[in-house]
Amino acid sequence: MIATESLSKRYPRVTALDRLSVDIGPGVTGLVGANGAGKSTLIKILLGLSPATEGRAEVLGLDVADKGAAIRERVGYMPEHDCLPPDVSATEFVVHMARMSGLPPTAARERTADTLRHVGLYEERYRPIGGYSTGMKQRVKLAQALVHDPQLVFLDEPTNGLDPVGRDEMLGLIRRIHTDFGISVLVTSHLLGELERTCDHVVVIDGGKLLRSSSTTDFTQTTTTLAIEVTDTDEHPDGTRAVREALQARGVSAEDGSGLPGAGHILLLTAQGEETYDLVRDVIADLGLGLVRMEQRRHHIAEVFTSSDEQRKEAVGHGS
Amino acid sequence: MAAEQSLRTPATAAGDTRIHNIGYRSYDGPRLGRAYARRSLYSQSLRGAYGLGRSVKSKVLPMLLFVVMCVPAAIMVAVAVATKAKDLPVDYTEYAIIMQAVISLYVASQAPVAVSRDLRFKTVPLYFSRPIETADYVLAKFAALASALFALTAAPLLVLYLGALLAKLDFTDQTKGFAQGIVSVALLSLLLAGIGLVIAAVTPRRGFGIAAVIAVLTISYGAVSTLQAIADAQGSDGSITWIGLFSPVTLIDGVQTAFLGATSTFPGGVGPDTGEGVVYVLFTLGLIAACYGLLVRRYKKVGL
Repeated sequence: MIATESLSKRYPRVTALDRLSVDIGPGVTGLVGANGAGKSTLIKILLGLSPATEGRAEVLGLDVADKGAAIRERVGYMPEHDCLPPDVSATEFVVHMARMSGLPPTAARERTADTLRHVGLYEERYRPIGGYSTGMKQRVKLAQALVHDPQLVFLDEPTNGLDPVGRDEMLGLIRRIHTDFGISVLVTSHLLGELERTCDHVVVIDGGKLLRSSSTTDFTQTTTTLAIEVTDTDEHPDGTRAVREALQARGVSAEDGSGLPGAGHILLLTAQGEETYDLVRDVIADLGLGLVRMEQRRHHIAEVFTSSDEQRKEAVGHGS
Repeated sequence: MAAEQSLRTPATAAGDTRIHNIGYRSYDGPRLGRAYARRSLYSQSLRGAYGLGRSVKSKVLPMLLFVVMCVPAAIMVAVAVATKAKDLPVDYTEYAIIMQAVISLYVASQAPVAVSRDLRFKTVPLYFSRPIETADYVLAKFAALASALFALTAAPLLVLYLGALLAKLDFTDQTKGFAQGIVSVALLSLLLAGIGLVIAAVTPRRGFGIAAVIAVLTISYGAVSTLQAIADAQGSDGSITWIGLFSPVTLIDGVQTAFLGATSTFPGGVGPDTGEGVVYVLFTLGLIAACYGLLVRRYKKVGL
């Protein structure tokens, strides 16, 4: 679907992309990176809107340097920022955008009705967009990217500004774009956690460099981190430490997470599989402590290369 | 729910199995490409310039200005028919100059509608992530506003012309005058559309756009007229002509005086001769081209 070869983009003062080489196949691919990591720059280059300083890139087998228009006809794009005029209805707006993609008038209207229904907009689609909630606006933005039935869509931070429920719905919708609609997806986010659940493949970039590109299963296996918080008792005034020592005795190393802001007494440990959960439960029960929480940590991009992947960290030579 | 959209595929051979397809339907119809997208954008913008396809509120001003443009022409025609006059009270070429305040107001109100909205609501990236290029977008917007202005300025001329025929004025004379008037307002429309769009495309704020366009059009005309009056008082007829190059309305006035049989409205009735007229025409065309160039440059930067 997408292939780049030592793709670089340099502005006078910043290097947005630095010799990036990735190969992205069909399916849902997550592009993860902190703000300013080069995600949006990459999308611009892939749409043929911004020339690369060096290197080359292909989308759907077409070279971005000279086949930009052909690529844009078969690709959809949902920008990160607001892009909707408030004084027209979703239907009018999406019909117009469908025609801008080259759909004849009748087809544009039919596809608009279909697409808005698929993204979950019903009666409200006849009302001016200005009155929509953030979640509804995100759906309209998604609809305009899908209305011309592209082979591939670029979704730039589609969950931005959504509440947890809206976020889950959007992620579910993104999954359906591939499974039900047969359209491949490149979705960006700065939260690795939410992409793990949606994507088949995750590409992590930082500072314009490729940090890692692997299937999601690989990712979760190596990076599932458990956060544990326990109560203190008279017997163990420092419950956290007691658990840590007990775990250490059983051969599981846990690190103190209290360095993190607002973390209090939190222990972080890497889960190897089902057994780890049982072990933690048993250890805490033996000590007679109360388990306040045990949860899978949502990974922020930084953790991918600080805790679990030492070699790569050295190779990249980049701290968090 | 979605069920009302269900497609019923023909019953299978077994006869009792039906598939209700309520899922996604892919599109394999034609994709009409750039030229079609450009035309669609043109017609959408042209309609928008008269508030069509927009809210009721946004139809009021352009429609009102359109009526205000045509009413004086209708009155003149009525008078000419009633009094059995030998000629219309104004020349075809003079009409737009007389009504320039209304035209300026129209440019000021509609140029920002054409471009500022897309900038303000950041809709521009959605266009450029589609097959059209910067030049297509600019061309469509430019052509749309120029066409809207042409409709505004040519409609009263048409009223005058039909009225003149109704009053049985000389057909050849009237047709020639009408044709000259049409050429003149076509040039004026292109020029004002260019200037209006360049100014409006600088700011995403509609209010600023409106104020800036009005300011540029009235100040340039005011300054040029004043300087011409001073030159006239000092008896330097030569400089009157050259000063006229520096405001859009006097520019068109000069062009039509030199080539389209108009009477100059410059002080003292001094208009450019043929040689100077060529400079006027080149200057006008150059300005239109420059506006187009500036717009393309502006949108290259806006990009995504």
